[in-house]
Amino acid sequence: MKKTLLFLTLLLSVVAFSQETIQQDSLKTVTVEAQRKGLKKSLSGTANTTLVTSKELLKAACCNLAESFETNPTIDVNFSDALTGTKQIKMLGLTSPYIMITEENIPSVRGASQAYGLSFTPGTWVESIQITKGAGSVVNGYESISGQINTELIKPMKDILFLLNAYGSTDSRFELNTHFNKKVSDHWATSLFVHGNTRVSKNDMNDDGFLDNPLGKQVNVANRWQYANPETGWVSFLNLRFMKDDKQTGELNFDPDRDKLTTNYWGSEINTERLDFTSKVGYVFKDMPYQSIGFQNAFSNHNQQSYFGLNQYDIKQQSYYSNLIFNSIISNTMHKFAAGLNFTYDKYAEFVNLTDVSRIDNSVGTFFEYTYDDMDKFSFILGGRLDYHNKLGAFFTPRLHVKYNPWEKAVLRFSAGRGKRAANIFAENQNLFASSRTFSVLDTNGKIYGLHPEIAWNYGVSFTQNFLLFGKSADVTLDFYRTDFQNQAVVDVMNSPQQALFYNLRGKSYANSLQLDFNLEIIKHLNLRTAYKYYDISTDYLSGSFQRPLQAKHRFFGNLEFATHIADKGKQWKFDYTFNWLGKQQLPNTASNPEQDRLPEFSPSFSVMNAQITRTFSSTFEMYVGGENIGNYRQEKAILGSDNPFGPNFDTSIVYAPVFGQMYYAGLRFKIK
Amino acid sequence: MKNIVLGMMLLFVAISTQAQEKKNKNAKYEFEVSGNCEQCQKRIQKAALSVSGVKSAEWHIDDHMLHLIINEEKCTVLDVKKAVAKAGHDTDEVKATVDVYDKLPGCCQYDRK
Repeated sequence: MKKTLLFLTLLLSVVAFSQETIQQDSLKTVTVEAQRKGLKKSLSGTANTTLVTSKELLKAACCNLAESFETNPTIDVNFSDALTGTKQIKMLGLTSPYIMITEENIPSVRGASQAYGLSFTPGTWVESIQITKGAGSVVNGYESISGQINTELIKPMKDILFLLNAYGSTDSRFELNTHFNKKVSDHWATSLFVHGNTRVSKNDMNDDGFLDNPLGKQVNVANRWQYANPETGWVSFLNLRFMKDDKQTGELNFDPDRDKLTTNYWGSEINTERLDFTSKVGYVFKDMPYQSIGFQNAFSNHNQQSYFGLNQYDIKQQSYYSNLIFNSIISNTMHKFAAGLNFTYDKYAEFVNLTDVSRIDNSVGTFFEYTYDDMDKFSFILGGRLDYHNKLGAFFTPRLHVKYNPWEKAVLRFSAGRGKRAANIFAENQNLFASSRTFSVLDTNGKIYGLHPEIAWNYGVSFTQNFLLFGKSADVTLDFYRTDFQNQAVVDVMNSPQQALFYNLRGKSYANSLQLDFNLEIIKHLNLRTAYKYYDISTDYLSGSFQRPLQAKHRFFGNLEFATHIADKGKQWKFDYTFNWLGKQQLPNTASNPEQDRLPEFSPSFSVMNAQITRTFSSTFEMYVGGENIGNYRQEKAILGSDNPFGPNFDTSIVYAPVFGQMYYAGLRFKIK
Repeated sequence: MKNIVLGMMLLFVAISTQAQEKKNKNAKYEFEVSGNCEQCQKRIQKAALSVSGVKSAEWHIDDHMLHLIINEEKCTVLDVKKAVAKAGHDTDEVKATVDVYDKLPGCCQYDRK
């Protein structure tokens, strides 16, 4: 910290020294675009990025970040497992550990927070989300493989004075969000976000004696400070955040005080506490609006204490991340570059059934990214980074994105890149603890739980054409991406229903994904969004080559939105309907179980529908009601061996469809501007 | 870590001081360039950036002003005006030839003063 201060003071003095005035007109302010569309895809951007605006986030219940992708075809949201109630996301058919998830460009969901991290950011805090398919940028690190999701939180300078959001649902979940904002001076503004949610009563819609959703409570408080001074070119963000989340699940009769770690009843508790502090300082050079320097620092302390029946799992991660970026040009703004340094430190104290698997990871890296833009049709971003990591060794990470506009209203994109990461096999697969599976790591000579780092190459092409159909705007996009694993920490549930095996990839593993999007404005204010997705995700397991379990090969997505004209005082109705069809999914192997605890090789196909109606009464007050899984499709057998939870066939991890039936919710938003 | 921070500090001190002593390396200018549309914008900016020494060129469709940042050691405003005129767009000092103007696409044929 002392060094940081010294560094800043020095920079400050340099700047003060050179302040011979000529007013600076263009401190790079983020452009506030008219929010006509919820999802925006640019024809000019080099990477294949979709921008999700706050308008889009209001289209569904969106209690937290994990749930904010329901109306978006690029991200697949899985059904919350019977145990934790958290939804996992996938991109290009790969689960969230393969996605770089950042909050304001600082890696946020990683390591210990991989399983539940997305549910730790309340939806009302989010200003926008950028989703980039494919390799991603080298600036934030080397870990991303299938893509990047960056979340921007509401900025104190642009925040409204006060927001109150209340939500309640028929699965007895209640949420309360309050935001307070104050402009302290011309250059300082601050926001305080307070979030609480709770699920108070036990639900068992499928009468298996187990809760369908966990009981829980979460308190989440964030204080943000923003500094901006256009005269000097300095900008800064400071964030402090505390989160405490408790979940309890298992059998209806389970009482943690009485039954914890006994065989009276099967139950589980997952308690997490997290503290975050992040700071950002940026400076835009005088008279050189294209040249800037940024310095980001993030500290976090994440502590999860949990047990699943008789399995105990505790993980504590103390993490420090630092990134120094210098942006400038080579001769003119057609040639831009970013260069900088990264440092990360992660101290894990991790205990699997009291076995100590703690470790310390640290890495230092340097990156350079060059952007060429011919200011017309062609642009590319070529990046590379060199890292030294105590567990992954020294390695080079290249990434390339190319964009070309072959004719009007069309864009062709290509990307390729390499990613490398240490798989936190227990944290990422902790839903498997809620089963009678025994965990075995079959390899011993690697540095991460005995395994080698995961290495994958990702390549993709994308083509978009905008056009007019019967005089209405329409667009069609075809994406194809392939991920090739050179090594993977394979999670094998195909061998035996009583085992979870982890080993280095022996053979081939790849993920092909094809997506065809078609969007149309049917009439004014009525928009249709459709997507067909094909996934071929195959891994060589010990027992043979299979499609990745719990992944549908074919998916269809449809979304219809309608809004009335905005009348007096902002009065408006908004309607939204989402349809998802999932084809059959490969299920984990249960063939050797007795008949009543067996699942077929593939799940049936099914569809799920969500809908929401929003009524805006004025610019300060609106209410919404909605339903999820209106068709009431339910997985018949959500928990295997539920009649004998301490027996050999117990498994809560095989969830391919909603466990809870239809769910309805209502909420309100009250704003003071 | 300490050495890295120290190294970076020195680097930026060097960059900043150098950039500030010779002010004309980042001289700002703005002047009007005739044009109409987004195609004009691309053409004008490309033409301006083709002049060695022009670091940044932004032409605004609404007020037709071209905002430049140039290195005065390498080029002058007149050089930029010549390049822009050669691409078909008039400025106060240099006009495009009739030949070049006539070859502009229809939407780009601005009213000549």
